[in-house]
Amino acid sequence: MAQELFAPSSLIFSATLLAALSGVPLLFPWLLNASRAQLLSIVLMLAASCAGLTGAILSIFSGVSVLFELAWTLPFGSARFGVDPLSAWFLLLIFLIPGSAALYARSYWHADSRRSNVRKMTFFCGLMTAGMSSVVLARDGISFLFAWELMALAAYFLVSTEDENPEVKEAGTLYMITTHTGTLALFALFPLLNLLAGSWLFPATGSLSASSPLASAIFFLALFGFGMKAGIMPLHIWLPSAHANAPSHVSAVMSGVILKVGVYGLIRTLSFFHGIPLWWGCCVLVLGVISGVVGVAFAIGQHDLKRLLAYHSIENIGIIFMGLGVALIGQTAGSPAMMLLGMSGALLHVLNHAIFKALLFLGAGSVIHATGTREIDLMGGVARRLPYTALLFGVGSVAICGLPPLNGFVSELLIYLGFFQGIQGEGGAAAAAALAAPALALVGGLAVACFVKVYGIVFLGAPRTESHTAKHEAGWQMLLPMLLLAVLCIAIGLAPGLVAGHLQRTSLTVLPLLANTAGLPLQELVPMTMITLSGVLLLALIAVFTFWYWRKLKLAPCGKADTWGCGYQRPAPRMQYSASSFAEMLTSLFAFVLKPQNHRPDKIAGIFPGRSSFYSHVPEAVLELVYIPLLKRMYQRLSGIRRLQGGILQQYVLYSLVTLIVLLLASYL
Amino acid sequence: MISLADQLLVLVLLINFILLGTSRLIFSIRAVAVQGVILGILPGLIHPFSWHLVGITVVIITVKGFVIPLLLVRAVRSAEIKREVEPFLGYVPTLLLGAVFTALSFGFAGRLPMLPEHQNFMFVPASIATMMTGFLVLTTRRKAISQVIGYLVLENGIFIFGLLLAEAMPIMVEVGALLDLLVGTFVMGIVINQISREFSSLDTSRLTSLKEE
Repeated sequence: MAQELFAPSSLIFSATLLAALSGVPLLFPWLLNASRAQLLSIVLMLAASCAGLTGAILSIFSGVSVLFELAWTLPFGSARFGVDPLSAWFLLLIFLIPGSAALYARSYWHADSRRSNVRKMTFFCGLMTAGMSSVVLARDGISFLFAWELMALAAYFLVSTEDENPEVKEAGTLYMITTHTGTLALFALFPLLNLLAGSWLFPATGSLSASSPLASAIFFLALFGFGMKAGIMPLHIWLPSAHANAPSHVSAVMSGVILKVGVYGLIRTLSFFHGIPLWWGCCVLVLGVISGVVGVAFAIGQHDLKRLLAYHSIENIGIIFMGLGVALIGQTAGSPAMMLLGMSGALLHVLNHAIFKALLFLGAGSVIHATGTREIDLMGGVARRLPYTALLFGVGSVAICGLPPLNGFVSELLIYLGFFQGIQGEGGAAAAAALAAPALALVGGLAVACFVKVYGIVFLGAPRTESHTAKHEAGWQMLLPMLLLAVLCIAIGLAPGLVAGHLQRTSLTVLPLLANTAGLPLQELVPMTMITLSGVLLLALIAVFTFWYWRKLKLAPCGKADTWGCGYQRPAPRMQYSASSFAEMLTSLFAFVLKPQNHRPDKIAGIFPGRSSFYSHVPEAVLELVYIPLLKRMYQRLSGIRRLQGGILQQYVLYSLVTLIVLLLASYL
Repeated sequence: MISLADQLLVLVLLINFILLGTSRLIFSIRAVAVQGVILGILPGLIHPFSWHLVGITVVIITVKGFVIPLLLVRAVRSAEIKREVEPFLGYVPTLLLGAVFTALSFGFAGRLPMLPEHQNFMFVPASIATMMTGFLVLTTRRKAISQVIGYLVLENGIFIFGLLLAEAMPIMVEVGALLDLLVGTFVMGIVINQISREFSSLDTSRLTSLKEE
């Protein structure tokens, strides 16, 4: 009995239920005061996280798949849920990040200071976690859609937490429209899958042939529906505004986890097929390259800290898609090494990105909490007031840039190695890999530029404005989750060998072709020990250099001056480099996609020019220059159809009547 | 007993025509009440005795025959309207359409794949004809009260169809159907209240001003 109770799957299922119920204590304000209720909710959420993480880790260790059937009398038959290593891998982040976010919320969104919306926020946070967990546990199309909608709707209420603000409301509406457009594709996808496989139950890995036109239709629908949620480039329009306007810890969960649930959907769908044609892989790879490069280019142009991080999510989803593309091309080219490296790289990057992006969003939340603004150009000198946050944000920045010795480097290395394996092959696969590898390098370089900008402008220098000077260090409830995530970043970065075995087992569950060629350990393809050794060496070098520099600095005479004083007589903080000036060169290089808007000063003339102002802005070009004009034109063209919706009740009933009569008459045909 | 049931169903069909032909609201409400009472009696005639059946009969007669009609009469009194003036389609054309639909439903019922023991009853055609009547009332009348009446008639039609299955019909389905009715009445009650407050009239076609342009 005890064994049953602590089986990984029962731990996971009870964690899901617990997470769903974690917001309930706050719903009874007459029984418990808000602050205590919030504490209770957090305890429930942390318990759910611990149980879920234990269950997920145990199932990855054991590597077995289990399937449960929930017999109910709803249409479409019984619901099926199951756990396998792929689900368990995604469950790691699904339980890790919301747990950290819940603790963070205690200080960031305290019940006493956010009386009006803490209830909604906490309740839907729990519900969203349960929704995401059910998505990865679902094993038939109908349960999947139920769970998917639960997650998507809960996320809507989280995005619009502060719905008294019109900007937030707009972001929520945009999210709602796009998420439902994506769901529409999924509504088409699962019936087609049912048609192909003959059952709502997910088919076994690699059991369907990818050569039929129906399979291609499924591929496109999956790419659209799941790509919309994952935020792949032309479908990312909801992502920046939603991430920027949600509370920071919610952004952490959305960016860290919800996007990955989209990736999960795509991986799961692709795993049903065998004999995948080359163009599937190339499609995924090209989308990945576009998202990666354009995403990071957009990020460089942003002035809003959270918007910037949101564009980095798009970039990282691009990297994950590149890994997936490598794995798919490897299947076509028959290269087990490519498959394994690409899939492992993608999966590891899924985990890594969740960890460091959540860390960055939580860090950004602390900064925003302290300065009271999201505008990078109004901040400055935050590191002096928030030293711990600055340090932890720094760890996250290095990780997201893919620099050693942190975790981002390891997953990007796997994908690079996958590309190199591909280049050694021949034909289309080699060409695709050869073209994509430099793109990944470009993405990495631009990411470094972007985070130098963020870190330099926000944390270093002197405060730029009096009213937005950082006030206080974040509370321990905010620092502890960030510390945990930072430690994980370092751990995976320094000792990738620890996760390699599990990573390989997870990859093998979705790569049926490799199951028979099991004698191909990831450790042989990737120099895991070298990574550890060089990482430790690097850290040691940094430590030695820092010590030496510190000693030297102590001996040297030092004075105090404003940053970027440039020898002026009366330097002022506003003379410092601003985020826009730092990024100007790169944004102008990418002006052909970014379409930056510079409002140049116009009144500068004469010896004593009048007051003037300069303002630059990088809009969401895809949304504003492609989608909105397109939709406007459609709105005009389709005005005839709108007459069907006359607003007359009787007219609507008439539609039903006419349908009924047509159906009755059809029986005479 | 079956022949008695058939005769009662003919009465139901006649009441349908009354509903289509009259403009006086109180009169149509009474007609619907009578129809409800008849429907309440019907299960007792075609199925053997059981307490379950008695329960169904009592609940249906109370709800369909008395509770809902009383509520509607009160709504009519408080709104001070007596007649349905200027419907979308006149009374004579509606009556003619009703006749066509009734004929059509008899024709159609013969084509449904029914069990042999249900083959000769009038239940299926009466059910379809009643549903059609409900639809006609819903589409042609303007006043919110007429809408409620149309909805009730539609439900009655569905109920007649369910009679064939009364033995197999689990209590859930009945409760569901009654709940439907209740919800419908509620919704319409809200609509009636809102319309009369906003526009000081009970004309549902005023709802167009709620449409987004």
